[in-house]
Amino acid sequence: MKLLSFFTATRGRQRLDWTDWLTYSYLVFGLFLMFGPVLWLVASSFKTEAALSEFPPSLLPYGQKSISVPGEDKPKPVYRVKLADGSTRELPELRRIGLTATYADPARPDELIRGNIKDRVPVREFRLATENYTDLIGKLDFGTYLWNSVFITVVATFLTLLFNSMAAFALSKYQFRGRSGVFLLIIATLMVPPAIVLVPNFLVITELGLLNSLWSVIWPAVATPTGVFMLRQYMLTIPDELLEAARMDHASEWQIYWRIMLPLAAPALAVLAIFSVMWRWNDFLWPLIVLSKAEKFTLQLALNAFQGDLITQWNYLLAMTVITLLPITIVFAFLQKYITQGIASAGVK
Amino acid sequence: MNTSSRTPWYFLTPNLVIFGVFTFLPIAINFFYAFTGGVQLYPQDRPYVGMENIATLLDCGNYWDISTCKKDLFWRAVWNTAYFSVLQVVLMILFSLITAIVLNRKIIGRGFWRGVFFYPVLLSPVVVSLIWKWILQREGLLNAVSVAMGGEPTLWLGEAEWAFFWVSFVSIWSQMGFYTLILLSGLQAIPADLYEAGQMDRASPWRTLWRITLPLLLPNMIVVGVLGAIRAVQTFDNVFVLTGGGPGSATMFVVQFIYQTGFQEQVRLYGLAAAGSLLLAVALIVLTLIQLRVSKANSAGERAK
Repeated sequence: MKLLSFFTATRGRQRLDWTDWLTYSYLVFGLFLMFGPVLWLVASSFKTEAALSEFPPSLLPYGQKSISVPGEDKPKPVYRVKLADGSTRELPELRRIGLTATYADPARPDELIRGNIKDRVPVREFRLATENYTDLIGKLDFGTYLWNSVFITVVATFLTLLFNSMAAFALSKYQFRGRSGVFLLIIATLMVPPAIVLVPNFLVITELGLLNSLWSVIWPAVATPTGVFMLRQYMLTIPDELLEAARMDHASEWQIYWRIMLPLAAPALAVLAIFSVMWRWNDFLWPLIVLSKAEKFTLQLALNAFQGDLITQWNYLLAMTVITLLPITIVFAFLQKYITQGIASAGVK
Repeated sequence: MNTSSRTPWYFLTPNLVIFGVFTFLPIAINFFYAFTGGVQLYPQDRPYVGMENIATLLDCGNYWDISTCKKDLFWRAVWNTAYFSVLQVVLMILFSLITAIVLNRKIIGRGFWRGVFFYPVLLSPVVVSLIWKWILQREGLLNAVSVAMGGEPTLWLGEAEWAFFWVSFVSIWSQMGFYTLILLSGLQAIPADLYEAGQMDRASPWRTLWRITLPLLLPNMIVVGVLGAIRAVQTFDNVFVLTGGGPGSATMFVVQFIYQTGFQEQVRLYGLAAAGSLLLAVALIVLTLIQLRVSKANSAGERAK
């Protein structure tokens, strides 16, 4: 009874009225609509190739049951077979020639049973096709793609934090001629999305000899107006007295930045780090243009390339998609509060 | 301060170099490409053609009839993008508004529910498209449901109208959470005493919504609209993976036209692609100016409060 009242009571009023019902219906519908497709992807990624081509699809991953038969090195698929005497038994199939299948009786291995294949149905059991994942490691150069994505994300995020915090430090803690001009110039680059400078940037990357190098994705990305802006706003709130005290102690300007400013700006740096990881991990259009060799593909590019193949191997593609969304999902699960707050305050994605 | 006046510039250098090389220099080069022709990438090999690229793109007998245009694919992309953007803005405001109002009610576990609607925002466009492609394919979940309910299986991404619908749907699905957050913070900024006053006057919930919530939320809704439009005009990844612009050119958008013209075709027409970028930039500048105008008006309004 107590439990029920916990669920039905709303803060303030005692009973649920129709607007509360409407609210919770909407939320549950939202839960279904937002998470349902992702769960369906994850469930599908554990299905065998045969199960994936079934229509209508089963909700949970099922695979054909197979058991090992003495004298055979591979496990054999099990069928529910209708025998000549009218009884039904579950038997492993040894081989099949035309319409005739040969079954073994596990209890008496010497005795073989023959039957027409129309008198049987496969026996299915709940089975996670983890081979979709384990096979990936050897196949499709998956390791290379993963490494490329991780390398770009980690290096670009590190450089983003370093360069943007240096600029933010200069713009928040020094008085100098041209300060507001530089700041405006940096903010103005917000108006120039990458889609607009694709052709000239391609030339710049080619001239620098960076085509098909992971650095071609990293370098253009490490100076972000959003990052400079966010860090500067945060650093403005750090009192100047701390810096003055350090100068009295003959600290160099670099030491002040490195030993005092960076630790104090850690919360803002953390938010920018989350953003940067998200941006770089999910990047698509620019890498698509500058990374055309398969061995330089990121996970996103590899996913795109495989789904465009004439024959899509959905079992591997789905598993790879799950692995690609996993890091972001884990980050989100732990840092949800900070991400939503950071985005709400910066007003950018 | 007795520090050298050059010190801040040392700290600024890495950033400014990157911006210079990958943003400001490219803007200048983009003009060069837009006014030169040929298929060569290197500037010294490109002949000057003046306005020819831009004129080719804009050459139309009648702007309402795509078949009279010299580059009908470009105009198909322009119209698709325009139609898509309007649809996005209207539906995005509508759905994120409903969601924000629901999330702003007294509910158990608000943080969790907010996370539910926000989660797809973080997923990469490629992943989002593959999730939906898997559901929408011929033997996918949606067709299974529609067959189970007595319907016919449909090629959701193979028929022009449906493909456009699903492209719009998936795009709203994946971005709605972001705009919901903006509207939610706007809702939370509305002073509670206004609602209390409304309750005292026995205003119906409907009337409260129309007379208090919506007028006070209007500035936030405009921000959502403009941000949504800026994003929609640049749509590429989602659609490219989901439909590849097809069937035919039913879901071809401007950025994909630029990408195809400059990088995907056998004959790479960099000049035409750069000219397309210039025209896209004009649209974006107009939208950004509107946004600046609105946010300026907003902050002026807040000071006046």
